[in-house]
Amino acid sequence: MRILEGEGVTKRFGGLAAVEQMDFHVDQGEVVGLIGPNGAGKTTLFNLISGVLVPKPGRIEFKSENITGLKPNQICRKGVARTFQSVKVFSNMPVFGNIYLAALFGNRNNLTSAEAAQEATDLLEFVGLSAVRSSSAQDLTLANQKRLEVGRALATKPELLLLDEVMAGLNETEVAQTMELVNKIREEGITIVMIEHIMRAIMNVCDRIIVLHHGKKIAEGSPEEIATNETVVQVYLGE
Amino acid sequence: MKQTTIDIKNVRTLGLLLIGVLLLATLPLYGSPYSVIFTTSIIMYIVLTVSWAIFSGPTGYLSLATAAFFGVGIYTIAILGEEVQLFAVILLGGVASFCLALLVGALTLRLKGVYFAVFTFGLVELIKHVLLWYEIKFTGTRGRFVVVVDNTTIYYIMLAILITLLITAFVIRRSKYGLALQSIGEDESAAAHIGVNVNVVKTITFAISASFMGMTGAIMATRWTYIDPYGAFKSLYSFMPVLMAIFGGLGTFYGPILGATIFAYLEELLITEFPYYYMLIIGSILLVTILYMPNGLVGVVQRLQRRISGGRGANP
Repeated sequence: MRILEGEGVTKRFGGLAAVEQMDFHVDQGEVVGLIGPNGAGKTTLFNLISGVLVPKPGRIEFKSENITGLKPNQICRKGVARTFQSVKVFSNMPVFGNIYLAALFGNRNNLTSAEAAQEATDLLEFVGLSAVRSSSAQDLTLANQKRLEVGRALATKPELLLLDEVMAGLNETEVAQTMELVNKIREEGITIVMIEHIMRAIMNVCDRIIVLHHGKKIAEGSPEEIATNETVVQVYLGE
Repeated sequence: MKQTTIDIKNVRTLGLLLIGVLLLATLPLYGSPYSVIFTTSIIMYIVLTVSWAIFSGPTGYLSLATAAFFGVGIYTIAILGEEVQLFAVILLGGVASFCLALLVGALTLRLKGVYFAVFTFGLVELIKHVLLWYEIKFTGTRGRFVVVVDNTTIYYIMLAILITLLITAFVIRRSKYGLALQSIGEDESAAAHIGVNVNVVKTITFAISASFMGMTGAIMATRWTYIDPYGAFKSLYSFMPVLMAIFGGLGTFYGPILGATIFAYLEELLITEFPYYYMLIIGSILLVTILYMPNGLVGVVQRLQRRISGGRGANP
């Protein structure tokens, strides 16, 4: 079943097409990797899906419902959550507060404060941040801030999770831990789309990979197919 | 164990508050007429500052529109004071400011940082000059008379507004919307992405804070008997709440109250004792505050407390 589908999605900034005539889909339960050189339009595509930007023209459907033009908070409550390339945690709030807020406002079942607190406690355990729950979010390491963003996104009970470079800037061990976390999230039955530059991670975790270049989809397929695709190799390594 | 200490602290705070309210409520019985008028002024500044801080404190949106909402209240009573009963006019002043803030908020709260500050500042000037133009063009006179109300009534109405405001501010701060406002101040787009309807939360809070400014304008205008656009829309009323809140300490509940009380008291004292140097002294105090007390008076108090208790309960 298709959980997300885009049709002719286009976004121009002035004369520059950041995303052009993109057709894409994501199936329920899949982990899809989104790769491409810098400026390929990956984050713009995330912004289009999560409602920061509106495609013009184009149409995006989530669970067969048109979500084009909805505000980020509405899309969040439909069941799409995301993290940010440059971390956007609520720095001066405690780690717990970050997740608690998301559970209070993002969950479609309108949790009471006690339920939200319980949910936040469980999620802290899930992403492995229980030990630092009272620290201010700004005092966390980058790896932990990225985990916190994942936890905060999960607190909105998403069916689709968009991860924007959750592994960038992390060391080997941290990358391995984050890959583990991604697998744990998929086992919960949450569909994932992830932007990543770390090929090892992408190849290991993803079922399918979409390659963008200059705002266009240039290839799509299983990790093996992508690794041997000529166009992709050209784009990444040059002629 | 922790629970009981919190309870004792709550009871103590509540007790202190009750004594404070009782002392204030009985002031006209034992105080001089001057003390009543003086306290009314202080309460006015507290109300303006706290209502400003409800919105601007957590979100970090620097609003300089206080004078606009205050002035709308003033003009409401100047226009309707003769025909409508006093309490109704005051409420109408609040409603008018509420509506204006809804409109302005919906239009401009997507402006960020300095742009929002400049726009809100411009709003005061805009309303002032539209009114001036209207009065000269259509009524032919500048300014209006305002109904006269005795000082004790003004005092009690201001006290009632203050108590309602403090309860409102407290409830908002403790509710989930208080948290949402704080998250908007931290990172607005992240807040939107976890399901907070940022535009609605911002606009409604802005309007609630404006309604208290409007009510205050309506009742305070009766003290001045005559008002004109220049007097009603003085940008000073936009800046004072900001200064007072910073002086007291933003980000805490008591900061703006403390700041407004002491600042207003100081101002009155200096204006009577040193009429020529008062601005100079106020300016120096502000400079010292910003340079050496980044968290305002409350920050200083907290630091002292921490030193005395040796770190006990430093992280409540």
